[in-house]
Amino acid sequence: MTTGTAETTATEGMTASQAALEAVFDAAVAADERIEPRDWMPDAYRAGLVRQIAQHAHSEIIGMQPEANWITRAPSLRRKAILMAKVQDEAGHGLYLYSAAETLGTSRDELLDKLHSGRQKYSSIFNYPTLTWADVGAIGWLVDGAAITNQVPLCRCSYGPYARAMVRVCKEESFHQRQGYEALLALSRGTEAQHAMAQDAVDRWWWPSLMMFGPPDDESTHSAQAMAWKIKRHSNDELRQRFVDIAAPQAESLGLTLPDPDLKWNEERGHYDFGPIDWDEFWNVLKGNGPCNEQRLSKRRKAHEDGAWVREAAAAYAGKHDGRHGNDNHGRDDAHGRHDEQHTHTHGEAGA
Amino acid sequence: MTTDGWPLWEVFVRSRRGLSHTHAGSLHAPDAEMALRNARDLYTRRMEGVSIWVVPSTAITASSPDEKDPFFEPSADKPYRHPTFYEIPDGVKHL
Repeated sequence: MTTGTAETTATEGMTASQAALEAVFDAAVAADERIEPRDWMPDAYRAGLVRQIAQHAHSEIIGMQPEANWITRAPSLRRKAILMAKVQDEAGHGLYLYSAAETLGTSRDELLDKLHSGRQKYSSIFNYPTLTWADVGAIGWLVDGAAITNQVPLCRCSYGPYARAMVRVCKEESFHQRQGYEALLALSRGTEAQHAMAQDAVDRWWWPSLMMFGPPDDESTHSAQAMAWKIKRHSNDELRQRFVDIAAPQAESLGLTLPDPDLKWNEERGHYDFGPIDWDEFWNVLKGNGPCNEQRLSKRRKAHEDGAWVREAAAAYAGKHDGRHGNDNHGRDDAHGRHDEQHTHTHGEAGA
Repeated sequence: MTTDGWPLWEVFVRSRRGLSHTHAGSLHAPDAEMALRNARDLYTRRMEGVSIWVVPSTAITASSPDEKDPFFEPSADKPYRHPTFYEIPDGVKHL
């Protein structure tokens, strides 16, 4: 009997303090304040963020592959230097995002494991091949353009470390889009064959770029909650429309057409109308049946395995020269654990 | 061997002379030397910095995450520390 009473009291106490914590969290979100790593947050908020930031990080590093495919065959030294800088930026963006995800209590290795085993996704756009040099231009213009449209509102995301990573990414992303546009413009104004190559690339990348915004609002599983928590600020369809409105006039200036007979300015709506998206293709690629899914993942796994000796050597060297920060003496007792106060420091943003 | 064996470092960057180092983010590296090199590649690709500090994350001691913590209370009830606390007649200049 005594035990029973004690348990009841404890449970009620927990519920009350949980409710108080939740109220503080809700008030912060409502007031447009940022949630920081050491704040209390609902489990679903944490899990949703880990899922989204991880997918974003994975997309950045998988996204290096289709473009890196053309580094050795860039048409000039100028284009080659630009492309190398861009691909290096994508690696950097991945690292900013992995760091942000780690502040939520997951670890770098756990994230990479989940990517390599297919348990976490990356953007399905990167499962399409880069068949010609013009694809590099089309990716910069359309894929990075769509990414920017998505990412600009994420700079005001309710989770501080994610928002800060996005600010940094957005600053760098604008060069990516402009270099792509410039490369396409050069081809479009070039010989007939070059123009045709640019047009072909745009024909192939346009629809997958529109799919980057995710399924339509009424089929998007995570959207409503993410918007309530101010992780997302605009719906998939809203952002897609914004992108179409920006890209359509840009295509005209390029002297290229977008492969959509229904694309036209709607005076009444103040937006471009556009044709239906082939969502069967989207779901099919997402399920792993795109042209390059297998290739992208196996190349990523191989790069990770091939780099193992470098990581081992660096750790061995560090261990030899400085016991304090060596491989086995730095207090990471909770590498896969939850992110609570006592262990904050192993996950970054300690003083934030 | 995995990067889990690599400690986490906090990176602080001085963007130009005259400004203090500001927290830029974090990264994993096996030792301080590699942390510095990685920080240069990751956080200063566009001349964002003229000086970098890297600090093992475990070396940072942080205050409680709660901003309403009593820890900060001593400063909350002393509005007279702010110039706007004082009423000065209109027309008094340079004050």
